[in-house]
Amino acid sequence: MTEDIVDTEVFAELCEAMGDDFAAELLDTFLSEAPKMLAALKTAVAEDDADGYRRAAHSIKSNAEIFGATALAGLSRQMELTSLADAPPPVADLDTMWSDTETALKALCDE
Amino acid sequence: MNDAPGHVLIVDDNKVNRLLLTRNVEMLGHRVSVAENGRIAMDMLASDRFDILLLDIEIPEMDGFEVLEAIKSMPTLRHLPVIVTSSVEGLDHIVRCIELGAEDYIPKPVNKVLLKARVSASLERKRLQDEQKELLNRFATQEVADQLTESGFAIGGERLVATVLFCDIRDFTAISETMTPEATIDLINTYYTLMFDAVSSQGGIVSLMVSDGLMALFGAPNPLENSAQRAVTAAQDMLAMTAALNEERTAVAETPLRIGFGIATGEVVAGYTCAQHRATYTCIGKTVNLAARLEAYTKVAGCEILFDQTTCASLLDTSSTREISDVRLKGFAESVSAFTFA
Repeated sequence: MTEDIVDTEVFAELCEAMGDDFAAELLDTFLSEAPKMLAALKTAVAEDDADGYRRAAHSIKSNAEIFGATALAGLSRQMELTSLADAPPPVADLDTMWSDTETALKALCDE
Repeated sequence: MNDAPGHVLIVDDNKVNRLLLTRNVEMLGHRVSVAENGRIAMDMLASDRFDILLLDIEIPEMDGFEVLEAIKSMPTLRHLPVIVTSSVEGLDHIVRCIELGAEDYIPKPVNKVLLKARVSASLERKRLQDEQKELLNRFATQEVADQLTESGFAIGGERLVATVLFCDIRDFTAISETMTPEATIDLINTYYTLMFDAVSSQGGIVSLMVSDGLMALFGAPNPLENSAQRAVTAAQDMLAMTAALNEERTAVAETPLRIGFGIATGEVVAGYTCAQHRATYTCIGKTVNLAARLEAYTKVAGCEILFDQTTCASLLDTSSTREISDVRLKGFAESVSAFTFA
């Protein structure tokens, strides 16, 4: 199941390129920043702020790609490309996805 | 390729991206500063010197496009290489960045090898540009160097009113015969350095250096308020500096330098003249001849400075000037009045 959520190769490459300590530190930063990005996205939905919504989805996507969080990157990319006005935002799906991703990334950290 | 460290400004609003990019660039050996939005980036660019800007598109306050536009419209920053780093979807964004003047584009997540290649190439181009500018500054003022960089040595003459100054060292050949070649070149370099200082501090440019002679222009290519007064002040400053130099020379039993100045104000034809591999900015015309002949005449008249009537009329204080009338100069059919300081 973890394989679908996180591509462990990507994180291994990050460790290889940047050093284990730095990669772990960067992942920690993402784990603490991600809830803020999710909150920003929800605020944008609540305020019907199309630009803010797209921007928040964009940030989540861009960070998810760094750690190989493929599924989260895919969903947030889809949200970035879909105008807030065109379709109901899959916020609940994103929450679930984040929760799974967080678990998988924390597991990577402990390895 | 030159891999000396550069100063890189990273602009990204996302903390993870900022940390990762910073680390990547630092690992390449460069110094990094970071800004989290476009406004802060513009402030930092105004107060510090950078070699490269790594710019994200999706940033608050001013987005990447606005930052690019602002930079390209500022003469002091327009040559700063900008590499856009973004994971923005769609090719049209990339095209727009390049159209706005971005040097390059690197997609996120940033590939380390690609980043190294792009940063090195941009730094190299920036260094070449800086060197070219430095070289231009050696024979022109900052203003002229900027104009040259902007116009790309646009050839074309213009008629304008300027003041031309000629200066040379009296009997330099005789003096140099008693000196070693090293000492001769050293002396000329000292003299040129003093002259350049005197001329540029009055807003003039040195347009010609031949042996111990030198031609300077005031009011060309850029207009100067009271170019005549400025040229005369430069000559007086130079005489004062030569006097100081001569004190040192006589103290070690060397022959003191005597220099002569000829100054004339009037219409000249000015422009960049060039052959295929050399270019120079120069002035041509009767005013130029007059200044050169007046300089030669200082030896006959036994004075250090001679200037023409037009120059004299522009001086702020004429109380100490003295007229030498009926001066006959080679190449001039009619006699002229020359002026000097009493």
